[in-house]
Amino acid sequence: MSTVRRERESNAGVEFGRLLHAEWTKFRTVRGWVAATIAGVLVTVGLGLLSASGSHSSCGAGPVAVACPPPPTAPTGEAVNDKFYFSHRTLTGDGGITVRLTSMTGRIRKPSADAGERNVVSGVVPWAKAGVMIKESTRQGAPYAAVMMTGEHGVRMQYNFTHDLAGRHRDVSERSPLWLRLTRSGDTLTGFESADGRTWTRIGTASLTGLPRSVQIGMFATSPGDLTVTQGDLGGTIAAERFTETTGTFDRVTVTGNAPETWRDDDIGVTIGPDGAPHHPGRAVRSDGVVAVSGVGDIAPATEGLKGEAPLAGALTGLILVIVVAVMFITAEYRHDLIRTTLLAGPRRGRTLAAKALALGLVVFAVALPATTVTFVVGGRILRGNGNAVLPAPLLTQVRIVVGMAVLFALAAVLALAFGALLRRGIAAVITAIATIVVPHVVATTSILPDGAARWLLSVTPAAGFAVQQSIPEYPQVLAHYSPIAGFYPLPPLAGLAVLAAYAALAVGLAAFRLRRVDA
Amino acid sequence: MQEIIEVDGLCKRFGSTTALDGMSFAVRAGRVTGLVGPNGAGKSTTMRVILGLDAADEGHALIGGRPYARLRAPLRHVGALLDAGALQPSRTARDHLLWLAHSQGLPAGRVDEVLDQVGMRPVARRKAGGFSLGMRQRLGIAAALLGDPPVLILDEPVNGLDPEGIVWMRHLLRSLADEGRAVLLSSHLMRELEGTADHLVVVGRGRVIADTGVTELIAAASRGRVTLRTPEPAAATPVLGRAGATVQPADQNTLVVTGLPAERIVAVLTAAAVPLSEVATHRATLEQAYMDLTGNAVEYRGAAR
Repeated sequence: MSTVRRERESNAGVEFGRLLHAEWTKFRTVRGWVAATIAGVLVTVGLGLLSASGSHSSCGAGPVAVACPPPPTAPTGEAVNDKFYFSHRTLTGDGGITVRLTSMTGRIRKPSADAGERNVVSGVVPWAKAGVMIKESTRQGAPYAAVMMTGEHGVRMQYNFTHDLAGRHRDVSERSPLWLRLTRSGDTLTGFESADGRTWTRIGTASLTGLPRSVQIGMFATSPGDLTVTQGDLGGTIAAERFTETTGTFDRVTVTGNAPETWRDDDIGVTIGPDGAPHHPGRAVRSDGVVAVSGVGDIAPATEGLKGEAPLAGALTGLILVIVVAVMFITAEYRHDLIRTTLLAGPRRGRTLAAKALALGLVVFAVALPATTVTFVVGGRILRGNGNAVLPAPLLTQVRIVVGMAVLFALAAVLALAFGALLRRGIAAVITAIATIVVPHVVATTSILPDGAARWLLSVTPAAGFAVQQSIPEYPQVLAHYSPIAGFYPLPPLAGLAVLAAYAALAVGLAAFRLRRVDA
Repeated sequence: MQEIIEVDGLCKRFGSTTALDGMSFAVRAGRVTGLVGPNGAGKSTTMRVILGLDAADEGHALIGGRPYARLRAPLRHVGALLDAGALQPSRTARDHLLWLAHSQGLPAGRVDEVLDQVGMRPVARRKAGGFSLGMRQRLGIAAALLGDPPVLILDEPVNGLDPEGIVWMRHLLRSLADEGRAVLLSSHLMRELEGTADHLVVVGRGRVIADTGVTELIAAASRGRVTLRTPEPAAATPVLGRAGATVQPADQNTLVVTGLPAERIVAVLTAAAVPLSEVATHRATLEQAYMDLTGNAVEYRGAAR
């Protein structure tokens, strides 16, 4: 029995392979289809590189424009913000720091009616941070781990910019102060919190591989800009960030281990204004064993800036040509009655349609992959060459983007083919495919719709697949305007692609169902 | 007789129209079977059902004992020509055959063989959109022959062919049957089948009217009809009537006599001293035989509409 079944399965495999071969031959022997497909990917590459070469930026250093310095990067490669006030000592070997945080206060600059007036109020933004830190060095982007109180997210232990663990305590005041402790043992850093300095709760550990023997240990404070998002008059939204500052007040500071008692204060990453003075400087004020550290900035992955996938915007135009070819690949068979010949050669109709869809998908993928790769790699190089600071992404993310976009091309082609099989009319199918795949993305990423509607469109339409090109993820520990227009999709990259794949599979299934039921 | 087409009790309705109404016949190997009947008699629908393109409401059609959709590499079992115009205009003749060959796991060399067989080698690399109807028919035949199938099903294959093409097609069909293949071809014109078909399935109103050999059909249609030319038809008629014949006047001096062989007619008339100038045994054409059979069907159809 099993031998028979295996034979049958292998027969089916052979048969499917033949149908696949036949569909590939069909595709490649119509010159117009081949030409239009290649034109589609060339448009993708051309528009991408053109937009990249049109994008220049430079930074002013006095009267001269110079190339902008690259943003600091995390040990794992992401671009980061690393700007805070650090009051620190050098720790050699194992050791730790324990402090009592008695208050966390701050100032926020609010929009003012008068241009000249400074409307500054007291307050702490949600992700303002004050606490203790161990950092490899004072270099921006250097590895670190920190235990902190935040404005609205309670106690956290964060390390190496992208890692964020929640503690237990929600707030701090002089009446209910909070104890924080961070210890080093080899490469392992452990964070603790306590209400009384006697009973400690472990928050988490960070393994900072390759941490040198000597590190910097101390107190820090930082406060990201206050984000306001308003509805624009002509649709879309306007996001603005304004200055904020936070101050953490520490006492009962104890440093254990080999750490000579010389405090040094550094305003890490502070901006130097045109007059040569620091812009919005931080400070540390000491009196009677009490230290008040004030800082401006953030220690977090960067989410704003030019993203590596920017040159891939041309894919939208190229996709239209690919959609037209995909639709014609099936509607031409109906138009010329060739579908009967196809079904005579492959009378198992579902299988025949599947072979057609797979052949098209493979062809489009094979043509699109070099195009997305060239656009992404060369486009990125042109952008950087023009002085733009492109947010770096890990290699695996880059691979996911170029392969994922080629898969998107292939899935979009298969979906368009299925529309063609269902509607049997070229123009109607092309319009349907463009209206469901391309238009939602265009509408959602231009200033037309409110954020909510744009995010909804990019969740439920086949355009969700474009999420696969997002290089910078949304970080819960970074408050930013994560809108489609800024390149943030509502679904994770592979989930978005899965939505498109599900639509393609569903449409091919419906087309096969119809093909099987109806006389040819 | 390994590969054989069996059509058994096919019924199919399109809305209120009955296309097939108990269509049953068999096609044997080694001969050309003509499926003939007026337009709308159900010939094309029957072929499409045999080929698995249309589903019958009732009955079944088998090829070598299996429905078409169950055949592995079907074009190696059955070659079909339904609509010669069904071609992608921008694809060359050779490429059209090439994808078909690939779909059946046939080597590309087979494509060149069939192109030679139908005399299309010189235009193999020309786009099908520029082909005349005759060239398309030849390309369609090439596609049907591609898998070297033991069964061929051809819908109106000589339609649109020039006289030279018709002769070529007849020779080809003849030789294919002589090689032991089962050939089923349809036509709405009986004379197209004359000299080609060995066996006829005459259909009308979606069912078989006659399923018979060509020789038998002509014999049946001609049986006992004698044309008699005589200067005295009025004298001849009662004499022949008394001898048991049925006599019908054809024109002034001609009578059509049935029910009496020619030699008896001569003997009876000679005995009665009725002069006669010519006695001819009538041989019906296939066309006449067909008209006899289908006239009723066509009339009924005409009245029903």
